[in-house]
Amino acid sequence: MVTLGDYLIVSGILFAIGFAGVMVRRNLIIILMSLELMLNAANLSLVAFSRFQVQQSGLPDYNAQVFVFFIITVAAAEVAVGLAILVALYRARQTTDVKDITTLKF
Amino acid sequence: MSPFLFWPFALLMLVFGAAVVVNRNPVASALSLVVSFLGLAALFMSLDAYFIGIIQVLVYAGAVMVLFLFIIMLLDLRAEEGRQVSWLALIGGIAVALALLVQILYVIHNLKSAHQPFPPLGRSTFDDVRNVGLLLFGSYNLPFQIIGILVLVATIGVVLLSKREPR
Repeated sequence: MVTLGDYLIVSGILFAIGFAGVMVRRNLIIILMSLELMLNAANLSLVAFSRFQVQQSGLPDYNAQVFVFFIITVAAAEVAVGLAILVALYRARQTTDVKDITTLKF
Repeated sequence: MSPFLFWPFALLMLVFGAAVVVNRNPVASALSLVVSFLGLAALFMSLDAYFIGIIQVLVYAGAVMVLFLFIIMLLDLRAEEGRQVSWLALIGGIAVALALLVQILYVIHNLKSAHQPFPPLGRSTFDDVRNVGLLLFGSYNLPFQIIGILVLVATIGVVLLSKREPR
């Protein structure tokens, strides 16, 4: 049988992969993709908890799924704005590498 | 919830998720992200969340991925070649991510309910669009409208950001 823990472990590993991507990679597009991985790992654990918490009516707890719906919407908006900032940055500096963006570096 | 469906899709998702981070070519990363999200959608469906699974495919494998590929091709990004890999950043990043993973696994291991199988559903969830919709337009009506404003603001912001400055 697949337990709740299995889903949570898979979700945790996915989150760690996304986190490693944000920490290690220096291409801004890949960093945005890794952020998406992390958001989706959170979604997976939310849906797993929703399925685990069966209500009196015999249905899963839909509050968590509504929450996932909101997260997906916000993530889509975030990607759009992030990529627009990336395009603006590329116009100004001709780079997408975080190592080249050091104006605020002390 | 069958293990024969869960483990292949979980493995698919994790392998292609790792490929997103490891690939040096941004286009290959974006395509790996699609496959990873498709595996995730299958996991959502295995959790009887059909609506969320379909939304996942539509929004991520559809819209977000087209956006990523479009930007990659617009900026004409090549695989980063010749760039020296910074070993300190590599080892440090992997170490921090591993520490986080160990902590997550420790918390899950100590969670009592994590060792129980999922309780059976009393009814089928084939009409979960209806149930999610009732909640969304009922109890979550105000957040739903706020999210509409958020998307509107994001749209206007994106148009403003990508407008070319007059010289």
